[in-house]
Amino acid sequence: MADTTGAKDPFIANLNKIYIGYTGGFMFFVVCLAILEQMGVPDRIIGYLFVFLTIGVYAYIGIISRTQVVSEYYVAGRRVPAIYNGMATGSDWMSAASFIGMAGSLYALGYGGLAFILGWTGGYMLVAILLAPYLRKFGQYTVPDFLGARFGGNWARGIGVIVLITASFVYVVAQIVGVGIITQRFLEVSFTTAVFLGLAGILVCSMLGGMRAVTWTQVAQYIILIIAYLIPAILMSMKISGVPIPQLMYGLALERIEVLEQGFRAAGMVPPPGVTGFHTSPFVGANGQFSLNAAVNFFALIFCLMVGTAALPHVLMRYFTTPSVREARASVAWSLFFIFLLYFTAPAYAAFGKLEIYQTVIGQPIANLPEWIKNWQIISPYGTPWVNIVDVNRDGIVQWGDFRIHPDVVVLATPEIAGLPYVIAGLVAAGGLAAALSTADGLLLALANALSHDVYYKMINRDAPTARRLMISRVLLLIVALLAAWTAGSMGADILFLVAWAFSIAAAGLFAALVMGVWYKKTTNAAACWGMAVGYLVTFCYLIWSEFYGLHFMQTFATKEAILRAATATAALPLATVELKAYAAGLVANASEIKDGSVAWLGSLWSGLPSDHVVLRGRVVGRLWGLNNISGGIFGVPLSFLTIYLVSKFTTAPSLAMQNFVEDIRIPRGGVRLVDRREAVQ
Amino acid sequence: MPLVESGPEPESATSAAVDPEIAKAYWKKTSNLMWLVLAIWFIAGFGVHLFAQTLNPIHIFGFPLGFYMAAQGSLIVFVVTLFWFAKRQNEIDEEFGVQEDA
Repeated sequence: MADTTGAKDPFIANLNKIYIGYTGGFMFFVVCLAILEQMGVPDRIIGYLFVFLTIGVYAYIGIISRTQVVSEYYVAGRRVPAIYNGMATGSDWMSAASFIGMAGSLYALGYGGLAFILGWTGGYMLVAILLAPYLRKFGQYTVPDFLGARFGGNWARGIGVIVLITASFVYVVAQIVGVGIITQRFLEVSFTTAVFLGLAGILVCSMLGGMRAVTWTQVAQYIILIIAYLIPAILMSMKISGVPIPQLMYGLALERIEVLEQGFRAAGMVPPPGVTGFHTSPFVGANGQFSLNAAVNFFALIFCLMVGTAALPHVLMRYFTTPSVREARASVAWSLFFIFLLYFTAPAYAAFGKLEIYQTVIGQPIANLPEWIKNWQIISPYGTPWVNIVDVNRDGIVQWGDFRIHPDVVVLATPEIAGLPYVIAGLVAAGGLAAALSTADGLLLALANALSHDVYYKMINRDAPTARRLMISRVLLLIVALLAAWTAGSMGADILFLVAWAFSIAAAGLFAALVMGVWYKKTTNAAACWGMAVGYLVTFCYLIWSEFYGLHFMQTFATKEAILRAATATAALPLATVELKAYAAGLVANASEIKDGSVAWLGSLWSGLPSDHVVLRGRVVGRLWGLNNISGGIFGVPLSFLTIYLVSKFTTAPSLAMQNFVEDIRIPRGGVRLVDRREAVQ
Repeated sequence: MPLVESGPEPESATSAAVDPEIAKAYWKKTSNLMWLVLAIWFIAGFGVHLFAQTLNPIHIFGFPLGFYMAAQGSLIVFVVTLFWFAKRQNEIDEEFGVQEDA
C-alpha cells in the first residue's frame, strides 16, 4: 500500500517492549493499591485511583497518537500487526454487555445464557471466511466505501450509511449507559454526571487521533480488561477448588450447584422468578419441561448474534487496518482467540458466583447477612435495588427465591461476594470501564467516519481538502457523542435491551449485500440496494411494532384467544398510558367481539409455535411464532438474501468492468481495478 | 441509476494481476475451503447443541457434556478452525502463486 511508511516507525518496531512494559506497570500499580488498602486507605480512594489513572493512561495514548494524515486517521496507516489488531478488535468487540452483563445472564439463565457465548464468538468464523480478507484487499476506509464501489455509487452507499448509523447509534448509547453505571457506583456521582464524565474519557481517545489513537488505546484497554476478568476468577477457583484454573475447575462448582438446587427443591423452596430448570438444563419452558419454543429462541438468538457480528461496521473496519490480506486472515483468528479468553471464563465466573451465594447466603437469617449485600442494596436505574432480598413468606430466613440479584451487578459484586479484598472490586470496575470505553470509541469513530467520509466527502463535496475532512470528522464525532450521551442520560438503563437489536439490524441490513457482493458475481446494483432496504425495513419495523405496539401487533398476527390474553395483560400493565389501558379493557369487556387477526394464518403457520405475547420491560411485547424480538434478524436476513438473488435474476448482469473488480478483490495479489475512478481514495 | 459510472481507470491497476484460468481454479479451491469451514461452523454452532439434552447425562470433570459443548467445546473448535483456515488459505495462495508480494 502506498500509504505505508514502512516498519521504520520506532513505535511499531518496539510494540512488544512497550506493551509488555505497560502490562508490568499495570500489575505493579494493582499491587501498590493492594498494599495501600492493607495500610488502611479508604475504599473510596482506591476506586478513584483505579478510574482516574486508567482513564489518564488512555487519554495519554490518545494524545501522543494524534494525527493529521488521512490514512492514519481512518485506518491507522494500515500497519497494525495481526496480533495487535486482534487485541484491539477484542476490546472493540467486548462491550459492557460482554464484560458486565454476560456472566450475569449466565448466572440468571443458566444454559439459556450460553446463546450469547456461542453467538458472539461463532460470528468470527463468518467474518474470517466470508468478508475480512476481501474487504482488506478492497483496501479503502469504510464499509460503505465497499458498498459504493461494488454497487454503483451513492444509492448503495447511502442505504449502507443509514443501516450503519441506526445499528451503531443504538449500540453506542448502550455503552454510554454502561460507563454511567460503573462511574456512578465507584465515584458516587449522579447518573447524568457520570455519563458526561465517561464521555470525556471516550472523546480524548478518539478525537485527536482517529483510528490510530483508538487502535493503540484499545490494545491497552484489552490488557486491562482481560487481567481484570481473569484475576477474580482465578482467585475464586483457588478458594473453592484449590486449583487456579477456573475454566477447568468450575465443573466441580456445577456439580455442587446441581446438588444444592435439588436440595432446595426437595425442601420445598421456590426458585427466584424466571428460573424454572436446573442451571445446566437446556431448553426449559415455564413448566420446567422441554420447550420447543425455548429451543427455537435459543438457536434464533445464536444465529442473529453471529450474523450481526459479521455485519457490524465497527468490527469490519478494524480489518482495513492490517498491512496485508494475509495478516487480515490471521488477525481474525487472533481476535477470536483474545475474545475466547474472556468468553470461556464467563461461565466459570457465573458458576463460582452462584455457588458462593448458595453456600453463604441462602438459608441464613436476614438479620445477619454479610456486609457486601448492604453495599449493593442501593437503588438501580431499573427502579429496584441491585441486590433485592424479598422475604416472601416472612420467616426472616433468606430462601432460594428470596435472593434476587440484577444480572448487571453479578460480575461487579462477585469479588465482594467471595470475600476478596476491595482492590479486586476496583480492578473489576476498571476492567468494565475499559470494555465500555473501548467499544464506545470504536462505534463513535465508525459513526463519525460514515458521516464525514461517506456522506460529506463521497456524496456531497468530492473536492474537500484533507484538513477540512478531518476537521469535519472531529466536529461530527463530538456532535454524535453528545447526542448519544444525551439519549443515554435521558432514557437511562431502559435502553440496554437495544444492544441485541443493533445486531439484528446490522445483520439484516448489511450482511447479505456484503457477502453476495464478494461471493456472487452476478449481484446487480439494484439487487443489493433492494436487499439492504428490505432486510433493514422488515427487521426495524418488526422490532418497533412488536415492542412498542405489542397489542396492535397481536391483533394483526394472532388468533382471537391470544389477542384476548394480550389485551388482558395490557389492561393490567402498571405503566401503560390511560388510553391504551382503556382500549385494552374495552377489548376484554367485549371478548366475544374479538376476531382473529387479519393475517392470523401467517402467525399460526407452525402448530407448535403459536404467536403470543410476553410482558417485558413494562410492556406487552408481541412475538410472531413465539420468537423474542431480540432475534428479530431471523426474518430479515433470509429475506435480504432472497431479494438480492431474485432481483439479480431480473436485472441486467453487472458489466465486465464490475466483474473484473470482483475478480481483483478475490485474489490477494495485485491492485484493484475500480469501475468508477471517483470511488478511489488517494 | 446507471449501472456503470464512466471514467478512466486508475493508474494503479489496469489489467488483471493473475491469468484468468489460474484465477478460476484458485477461486474454486478457495470456495471449497469456504464451504468446508462453513460446515464446521454450522455443526459446532448449531448441530451439536441440538443434542444437548442427550449429552448432558454424560459428566466429564463434573461438566455435563451438553453444557460443556456450548460453554467451551464449540468455542475451542471455532478458534482452532480459524487458525487452521488462515494457514490453509495461505497454502492455497502459494500453490497458485497469487500471494501478495512481500
